[in-house]
Amino acid sequence: MNGDWETVLEAVEAAEAEGITLGELAIRSEAARGLRTREEIVAGLLRALQVMQGAVARGLQGDLFSVSGLVGGDAAKLTAGRGPLAGTAFVDALAAALAVQEVNAAMGVIVAAPTAGGAGVLPGTLLALAKHHDKSDEDVVMALATAGIVGGVVAIRASLSGAEGGCQAETGAAAGMAAAAGVELLGGTPRQAMHAVSVTMQGTLGLVCDPLGGLVEVPCVYRNATGAAMALAGIEMALAGIEFPIPVDEVIDTMGKIGREMDVRYRETAGGGLAATPTGRRLAKERLVQLKPRRK
Amino acid sequence: MVSLLDIIGPVMVGPSSSHTAGACRIGIIARALVGGTPDEAKVELHGSFARTGIGHGTDRAIAGGLLGYLPDDERLRESLEAATAAGMKVTFENTTLRGDHHPNTTRITVTRDGKTATLTGSSIGAGRILITAIDGFRVDLDGTYTTLVVVAQDRPGAVARVARALADQDVNLATMKVSRRQKGGDAIHVYELDSPPSEAAVEEIRAHSSVRTLRVIERVA
Repeated sequence: MNGDWETVLEAVEAAEAEGITLGELAIRSEAARGLRTREEIVAGLLRALQVMQGAVARGLQGDLFSVSGLVGGDAAKLTAGRGPLAGTAFVDALAAALAVQEVNAAMGVIVAAPTAGGAGVLPGTLLALAKHHDKSDEDVVMALATAGIVGGVVAIRASLSGAEGGCQAETGAAAGMAAAAGVELLGGTPRQAMHAVSVTMQGTLGLVCDPLGGLVEVPCVYRNATGAAMALAGIEMALAGIEFPIPVDEVIDTMGKIGREMDVRYRETAGGGLAATPTGRRLAKERLVQLKPRRK
Repeated sequence: MVSLLDIIGPVMVGPSSSHTAGACRIGIIARALVGGTPDEAKVELHGSFARTGIGHGTDRAIAGGLLGYLPDDERLRESLEAATAAGMKVTFENTTLRGDHHPNTTRITVTRDGKTATLTGSSIGAGRILITAIDGFRVDLDGTYTTLVVVAQDRPGAVARVARALADQDVNLATMKVSRRQKGGDAIHVYELDSPPSEAAVEEIRAHSSVRTLRVIERVA
């Protein structure tokens, strides 16, 4: 059992052979590297979970705003919302994802899982599911490990960087990770978790990284909420037994290929997409002007 | 190599794992090359670091790393002010580095007590980094191990002496790479270690006549 899984399928087959979850496999594989003991790994994941919980709670207070003032306060609005899904895990997931990203944009402390730009998706999805399905912190820690093994494969085969692969490599990868994690959190099999990754990531393929002014604010904050929604869609389908016809590793490779072929304007440079709209350019100029380099 | 806690992590000050946490880690390694807070640092930003780095706090993150702050240290927000208070002069400029570089790359030149070091480092996603050059030598280190960087005369036995000193102190080598610019000139050795070397091992290696510089880079949390 090596530390780096290069395909999700091999990991799933190994987990099935051992009769364990992908999360357990992730922890055993990491411990097998010899850099950290199992206890240290679990403690690291628990600390990540606590930071996630803290960031959600902080963001939901509704009083944080980004340096530019462009984003903030929206997570709290959602918890008081009266839409058709009010009161469900779905809305809690959206709110928690927004909350974490609002903290991030305000230079607060978050867990980059896998990146800061996509940091709202995993806590959004998992903490909402844990709350509504009565899962313990220990359960969520194992789910974070599940997410980690998937993210590791994406890092090796494709990319986890918006500058390299667009937003499909950040909130898209995060959604795929959260989908696998959510499936195992709710008792699904490693194979269902695998299909959750593919069916979720097919929905984020091609997603561009187009932040106003190049900053992790607009649309990143909102895109984490929609990323969590995509993960929940994948979880729902996979737990129903739906199997996506294209193998997961080919979906991940496709994400990487699309990223490499993506024009540089759509890779975090603020040269295209929403960043290049008339309003996007105007807001970047008006609101972000104070962020000029300070030279000393 | 991708560690589980790098994917579910790092715990960090926002807003960008590439532009903030990774940048901070590169700053920490630049600091290690001169063994403490530099008197002066010239930070050249390339690619996306140049285009969107300042708004992401890349300048604050690198300055914080140079001051020894870790990526989850909330003082990163105020690191430029702290740098001034600490007497560290940091300058930032945009550049286009020659050759093939990751979009998020910086070249940092640091000076402390009259000694200067330069590194080129990339932030390759999720807070992970790759140092690709030190003092003009090509290297390949990611900060996940305690790393020993030795510049020594390129002559027979130079590597053996370092390896023996480490072995005598029961330090296991995880990886090792040696490269040089020309035969018989200087060579750079990069040893990634499973545990930190003892003071005695470091002094023994440093004392050898072929060794020009020796730096210990601690594992970056």
